[in-house]
Amino acid sequence: MNRGAPVRSQGPPETGTLRDLSRPGRSAWSFPELDVDPIDPPSEHRRGSVPELPEVAERDLVRHFTRLSQMNYGVDTGIYPLGSCSMKYNPKLAETAASMAGFASLHPLQPDGTAQGALELLWRLERALCEITGMSRATLQPPAGACGELTGLLIMRAHHEAREGDARRTILIPDSAHGTNPASARLGGYRAVAIPSTDRGLVDVDALAEIVDGDVAGLMLTNPNTLGLFEEEIARITEIVHGVGGLVYYDGANLNAIMGRTRPGDMGFDIVHINTHKTFATPHGGGGPGAGPVGVVEELVPYLPVPRVERDEAGTFRLSSEEPASIGRMHGFHGNFAVLVRAYAYVFFHGADGLREISELAVLNANYLAAAIRDEFPLAYPASRPMHEFVSTAAALERETGIRAVDVAKRVIDLGYHPSTVYFPLVVDEAMMVEPTETESREILDAFAAALRQAASEARSDPQLLHDAPTTTPVRRLDEARAARHLRLTWRADP
Amino acid sequence: MLAAVGASSVDELFDQIPAPLRLGRPLDLPRGVSEQEILADLASLARRNTYGEDLVCFAGAGAYDHFVPSVVWALAGRSELYTSYTPYQPELSQGILQILFEYQSMVCELTALDVSNASLYDGATALVEAVHMARAGGRPRVLVAEGVDPRVVETLRTYGRGPGYAPEPLTGSEVTEDVAAVVVQHPNVLGALEDVRSLAATAHDGGALLIQIFDPTSVGILTPPGDLGVDIAVAEGQPFGNRLNYGGPYLGVLAARAEHVRKMPGRIVGGTVDVDGRPGYVLTLQAREQHIRREKATSNICTNQTLMALAAAIHLAWLGPGGLVELGRQCASKAAYAFERLTAIPGVEPALPGRAFFKEFAVALPRPAVVVLDAMIERGFLAGVPAPWVGEGALIVAVTERRTRAEIDALAAAMAEVLTA
Repeated sequence: MNRGAPVRSQGPPETGTLRDLSRPGRSAWSFPELDVDPIDPPSEHRRGSVPELPEVAERDLVRHFTRLSQMNYGVDTGIYPLGSCSMKYNPKLAETAASMAGFASLHPLQPDGTAQGALELLWRLERALCEITGMSRATLQPPAGACGELTGLLIMRAHHEAREGDARRTILIPDSAHGTNPASARLGGYRAVAIPSTDRGLVDVDALAEIVDGDVAGLMLTNPNTLGLFEEEIARITEIVHGVGGLVYYDGANLNAIMGRTRPGDMGFDIVHINTHKTFATPHGGGGPGAGPVGVVEELVPYLPVPRVERDEAGTFRLSSEEPASIGRMHGFHGNFAVLVRAYAYVFFHGADGLREISELAVLNANYLAAAIRDEFPLAYPASRPMHEFVSTAAALERETGIRAVDVAKRVIDLGYHPSTVYFPLVVDEAMMVEPTETESREILDAFAAALRQAASEARSDPQLLHDAPTTTPVRRLDEARAARHLRLTWRADP
Repeated sequence: MLAAVGASSVDELFDQIPAPLRLGRPLDLPRGVSEQEILADLASLARRNTYGEDLVCFAGAGAYDHFVPSVVWALAGRSELYTSYTPYQPELSQGILQILFEYQSMVCELTALDVSNASLYDGATALVEAVHMARAGGRPRVLVAEGVDPRVVETLRTYGRGPGYAPEPLTGSEVTEDVAAVVVQHPNVLGALEDVRSLAATAHDGGALLIQIFDPTSVGILTPPGDLGVDIAVAEGQPFGNRLNYGGPYLGVLAARAEHVRKMPGRIVGGTVDVDGRPGYVLTLQAREQHIRREKATSNICTNQTLMALAAAIHLAWLGPGGLVELGRQCASKAAYAFERLTAIPGVEPALPGRAFFKEFAVALPRPAVVVLDAMIERGFLAGVPAPWVGEGALIVAVTERRTRAEIDALAAAMAEVLTA
């Protein structure tokens, strides 16, 4: 049965873009009558032509964007098991919190005395994140995980420059790592060197021991790693890097697996970033906003960005920029504050007990789903038990039927669900990286597994079904090569 | 479920964590609470801030109290958009993709430039990315004109620590062949209008690019970057659709001339067709991006500010051409009125006498700005943002369309009272 994922593929006629809806003289805006004398800018600064924005009534606007929203799939629509993205259900209480006028109406440069509640929230959240990760202090400024990575690397630079007068040149990154890691390393002024994985999908510790030298500024790692596996030799790994004076960076992408069980600080990590939109369920917004707070060990605290939130003996909070060793400023203001309000709501709503349970259920759900599909899609690294996510492979199915992971993913759409991440990590052939998260029920996991298994069975019985998929969506497979070859990036380029 | 995974307990699933690394105690955080309790806690924190009618906002310097129409969050808050992620499966993401395409289109209309990406973190980091685009050509240096917000320059300096550049002040009128870009802010941090055309000529004579930080609310009435000879335009897009939110999430806007498109950072949406020839949208030029190019990517950005771009798109469509012009006209007219009222107070002088401005201007007060600011807070006004780099008495005052003549009169009256007290 092709019910299709719950996105709208039919309905009133296609209305095209806003530009197609535009009719001269229509408008949605209203402003109060101007109650002061009107002035015009000096003639040399005056715009010659009116910008060609669409002219639409509010009714047109609402129907247009409502229709577009119906052509989209979100966590509120159904399971969204993108590996490495932690697409868990976003509790609505966080929205109520962030929309409180006492947070939403604050100007970022208003004096500290008028923003004591906001500063206290940031101060409490910083301490909670440090407790969860085992760090001493944190900056809440980075607006996303990748920015957190760069923040951490600039802190690393500052540390080595202060100690040795030289920043060193190399950052070590496992070959399975997310692309932001090497990209951040380069922006941090480093060269990225890949460390190989073993056939168990873990860091090759012997290779690491051979590679490290005094030029290594640090190692970037997630744990559990990008394959969803816990690096059991993490203590030895951090020891090896520390042994040559390097630092070890924890990419918080996978923090959802270990809350209340172990902490990056206890594993020997020196710098940690957290993706609040992943672990703490702040909505992903179609691609952001997120927040990427960065925690550090005591020794690195002087290098944290400014301003920082401090509390004096009287319990008054203030923003402090008097930190001569600080790397500076990673965001125009204080980071994605409204995202941090949501993270605060999530952390303190769940509390110590709730956070631990979240990780337990996330790991249980991933293992349950992995077991339910392993006869068709075996684990890429079956020798290790996955944690909150797992990487399966469609390589055997591909050899047998010619059906690839992408075809399976597209067929899963026709069967009603958002598919997993595919073709990542790059080190796994026909990779399917699945992260169901703790918020899915057993019934949903069973149904999703059944869809995957049905797709595998159809690959043998009716492969055309998979080649043609999806057929239930507003559009079918799109020509990406054409999009890149004949660039059409605005409606001006439309015929 | 445990039986299905072959484990006897949940603890067994965590066996691979070596014993010495296990936490072995509960996290030192309070126990979980009900929704009612957490919202009460947050409400008590929110109450300890001063805002709204208790603190009428004349502060700007990069973040502005503009009116956000009701349609913006009624639509941007739709679950299907709000709880989705980067459109890796375009067939399930045509909503987000088309809205980003429309956002890109409207940004190009605003700026009179050819191409836009689908959002960056904020205005300050958008400048960083623009500088990195310019430096990709091989020239190392970056010159910054006077009048660029020091907070933004500090951000650029921080990001420069990695690649190894530091923004330098633009002095004189010559740009040498090692300069990648000249950066100008127009209107500048003190609100004044700059001569961007002549700076563009200076930059181009030296073979450098001109990057302009612009105010997106100004371009209904002010000449847009593309018509001033600008190569890359960046902006803080917060005024469109986003509330003040104590500094974020905001929206980094970046638009450029077509020849720079392959150096642009971040997501870009392009139009194409599906296998049946139906029009649709995808993420395109992904060969620039970190998930493909890794250390050779143009930027490390992954998660961005899509939702803010979505809100901006809705707000821009609500404004249309007429609303954008009226928004600019109201801001400029009300700011001019406030300037007149404040500078009529004995001792209050324009910080930049004779300079034209848009919605923001700076005054020199006869007392330290921070002291005056505190006294004004007691009277219910956030009177502006101090500019200590200009002088102890320098205050930047911003006036948006939300402010009324009565509020401006009351601001001036309170200021007069404070300064004569």
